[in-house]
Amino acid sequence: MSFLLPCPNCGPRDVNEFAYAGEVTSRPRGAPSQRELASYVYFRRNVAGVQREWWYHRFGCELWFLADRDTLTNEVIRTELPQPGDATPAVEQPAVPDTPAV
Amino acid sequence: MRLPPQPNERIDRSAELTFSFEGKAVSAFAGDTIGSALYAGGRRIFSRSFKYHRPRGLLCCSGGCANCLMEVDGVPNVRVCVEPARAGAQVRAQNVRGSLERDLLSVVDKIGGPFTPVGFYYRTMIRPRRLWPYYERFLRSVAGLGRLDKHARRTNRYDVEHRHVDVLVVGGGYAGVEAARRHARAGRRVVVVDERGGDNPGSDFELVAPARAIGIYEGGLVPVDAGGILYRFRADHIVLATGTIEQPLLFPGNDLVGVVLPEAVRRLVEDWALKPGERAVVIAADDRGLDTTDVLERAGAVVVAAIDLRDAQPTRIEAKGRRGRLRSVVVGDREFACDLLVASGTPQPAYSLLAQAGARVEYDRRRGIFLPTELPANVEAVGSVAGELGSAAIPAASFDGHKGRCFVCLCEDVTEKDVKRAIAEGFDSIELAKRYTTVTMGPCQGRLCHLASIRLFAREQETGPDSIGTTTARPPWAPVSLGLLAGRGHEPAKRTSIHHRHEEAGATMMWTGAWRRPHSYGDPAAEARHVHEAVGLIDVSTLGKLLVQGPEAAPFLEMLYPNRFGDMKTGRIRYGVLETDAGRIMDDGTIGRLSDDQYYVTTTSTGADTVIEWFEWWNAVWGMDVEIVNLTGALAAVNIAGPRARELLARVTDIDVSNESIAYLDAKEALVAGVPSLLLRIGFVGELGYELHFPSPYGEYLWDTLLERGADLDIRPFGLEPQRILRLEKMHILVGQDTDSESNVLEAGMPWIAKLDKENDFVGKWALEHVRERGFREQLVGFEMDNGVVPAEGGQIVADGSAVGRVTSARLSPQLGRVIGMAWVRSDLASEDGELRLKVNGNLETARVRLKPFFDPDGERLRS
Repeated sequence: MSFLLPCPNCGPRDVNEFAYAGEVTSRPRGAPSQRELASYVYFRRNVAGVQREWWYHRFGCELWFLADRDTLTNEVIRTELPQPGDATPAVEQPAVPDTPAV
Repeated sequence: MRLPPQPNERIDRSAELTFSFEGKAVSAFAGDTIGSALYAGGRRIFSRSFKYHRPRGLLCCSGGCANCLMEVDGVPNVRVCVEPARAGAQVRAQNVRGSLERDLLSVVDKIGGPFTPVGFYYRTMIRPRRLWPYYERFLRSVAGLGRLDKHARRTNRYDVEHRHVDVLVVGGGYAGVEAARRHARAGRRVVVVDERGGDNPGSDFELVAPARAIGIYEGGLVPVDAGGILYRFRADHIVLATGTIEQPLLFPGNDLVGVVLPEAVRRLVEDWALKPGERAVVIAADDRGLDTTDVLERAGAVVVAAIDLRDAQPTRIEAKGRRGRLRSVVVGDREFACDLLVASGTPQPAYSLLAQAGARVEYDRRRGIFLPTELPANVEAVGSVAGELGSAAIPAASFDGHKGRCFVCLCEDVTEKDVKRAIAEGFDSIELAKRYTTVTMGPCQGRLCHLASIRLFAREQETGPDSIGTTTARPPWAPVSLGLLAGRGHEPAKRTSIHHRHEEAGATMMWTGAWRRPHSYGDPAAEARHVHEAVGLIDVSTLGKLLVQGPEAAPFLEMLYPNRFGDMKTGRIRYGVLETDAGRIMDDGTIGRLSDDQYYVTTTSTGADTVIEWFEWWNAVWGMDVEIVNLTGALAAVNIAGPRARELLARVTDIDVSNESIAYLDAKEALVAGVPSLLLRIGFVGELGYELHFPSPYGEYLWDTLLERGADLDIRPFGLEPQRILRLEKMHILVGQDTDSESNVLEAGMPWIAKLDKENDFVGKWALEHVRERGFREQLVGFEMDNGVVPAEGGQIVADGSAVGRVTSARLSPQLGRVIGMAWVRSDLASEDGELRLKVNGNLETARVRLKPFFDPDGERLRS
């Protein structure tokens, strides 16, 4: 991997400055069944295409942000800061992906 | 012997230097390469070929082929034709038994020829099986090029530098410089990378030379090898002016010493004032090749014949020689006595970097070469690499002769016959045939044999080179040393501000993560006992220290930890364990409440960075009104522990240190020996103890003061190993040592931590609920050995012949005089006093389960 990734804070930087933390997952709400829990903890969609994922600027500003990256070409379409707060997203496709992968 | 001074020669005749070749002194001028100096000294044979050990001499003289590989100062496979001569260098021949002139292994060429066709190794040496060890020993000794010194140590220092420029130009020839100037005029920052040294031809761009672009990687990354430094270039625009590569012709005897490419003649004469031969024959397919006749005549050589392949292609070309040296050339039906044959076909554009950048490569039927097309948006090709070439003939795929081997690939000693044979055996795709014959897989990486092998393949398959296609161009384009890729040997070490005091006290240091910590100050057992009996001092500055503050600090921590924090009074401390949503134990530490909205969180020594990232990550999602400040480096910390700890503390602070004022698990701010400190009364080591957290710069001062003021109390420093004994006596876990990716707080015996009835959700809650519902499978328990044997950590616990658990920690406790430990065991075995059978060095030893701490089970000493 040798592409550049635009940190929302620092601008385009070498990918080696960042920690990759996997695709965004949706943390169940309420009391999840065992199946829901297992699928949230252990299963990933692993898409071949554009994926929304977590990155951390470990050797930079130490900021967590989200990126839309094409896993086939490593083209980074967009990066942005997560917008937490008032929106209560649906469990299936949360606007704010809400959890660090385990 | 040198020619009279040449107009543009690169040597400085006033500066002489000496290096050694095979132990003999060789003199050179500044500006010489090792190759040119050896040539000036009369050397013509520079190497022995890979397989047949045939003598080989300078061929391309431009760092392209493998004909001049030698060992220089212990580094094998150096292309001496481009390696600058430097005083005192030790140069040796490689791949020879004996000398370059008399190589014992050349016997392979004389008698082994018919027996060592392509694929010989794959077919022959597998039978009979039992002889393989002998074959192997022989093959290992003859295979490969060059030898590495097994005991060699790092000699060179390599660095990496990241650079960003507007325009990067690879190739500093006419076209490259022209393009560089054009971009510079448009106000862009331009860097030109060139293989050969030289002066910066202007101030409008920067020249990096001698340096080579290794490849073009994803995202337009161009690593450039500049000797001791690897530049990782990123450019908005890349200009490739890599020029062309001269192509040898295929005819019998084409590897004889004395058969050269045109550029070799030009460099020998013009750069180093050397005469390449006395009588020369020139065969070329273009003007640039034929122009060498002028160069040769200027150098005083006689050109006995010059053949332009554009006029007519001879039916026959054959080079004849004696002892590997060229004697004559047969062209058509005429034979010319000569000692130099300049032979080349159409030069092939050096398109590799372009192909790596994403360009397509297409066959140009008119000129018989491959050309790059469809360049990516930010890549430009200029000069001859883009196909700006004069007229040229397409030479025959190979020329016939009567006798002698016709080499397709000089690096790997692959002959025309080998390629024909591979095709006959069914390797009919170029990619397969390449792997079978190893053509293009040698040190030149196809520079001199890729086009030739495709032409030959096409002829044998009775098709065109365009339908054969090329093999894939991959980095590295230029040979690169592993040291350069590895970069400088970084082994970062973190040291506490008290580090030097430990060294002065004679501590044995050890690694814990990136930290250097004292293992002990000589006697771990005595140090541990001393903490129980008197008072000890340990540097715990390595603990992660975070300040979590803000209106939502309490709910934030309650979401992250299974514990409750909101109900905690200011000035109190709680032990906390972080879990993931899978229920796995991540880290542990203490959380002290400093005020309503301020918590002081400690983590394990190696977990600080992970915990901060973890906190920040969750808060990126939750967006709570909390600030996390990492104080790990800013604060030093020491732990004063032992029955006399209070007495010592009273001497160095004004505050009331009575048990009523600072009780167990109290946190208080105070001046200690004048240093503003945070006192945490906790008991990791099982005795009355105070952790002092204070600004790092006071580390040595406070350490010295405490030792000095406690001298009559017999205070002694203790290291990490005694601390590990002490904590084991208390069954305090070490995350990562006693826990793994399956461990959760419930089964680890700390159910009081998990407040599953907490009204809010917390990370790991569901997983813990699940564990509680399904019941325990394994439990973390203490054990006590029946005898004095210390089981290995990780050792098996068995029952009825199968594994039912594993030891995670074990030590001899000097205080208790018994061997104690912790282990994960099947939950039905986790009952007090239950018998465990441990495998130690192949024997089964007996131990008893203990569920309460071995030492001071009710914590009376902690609270005293």
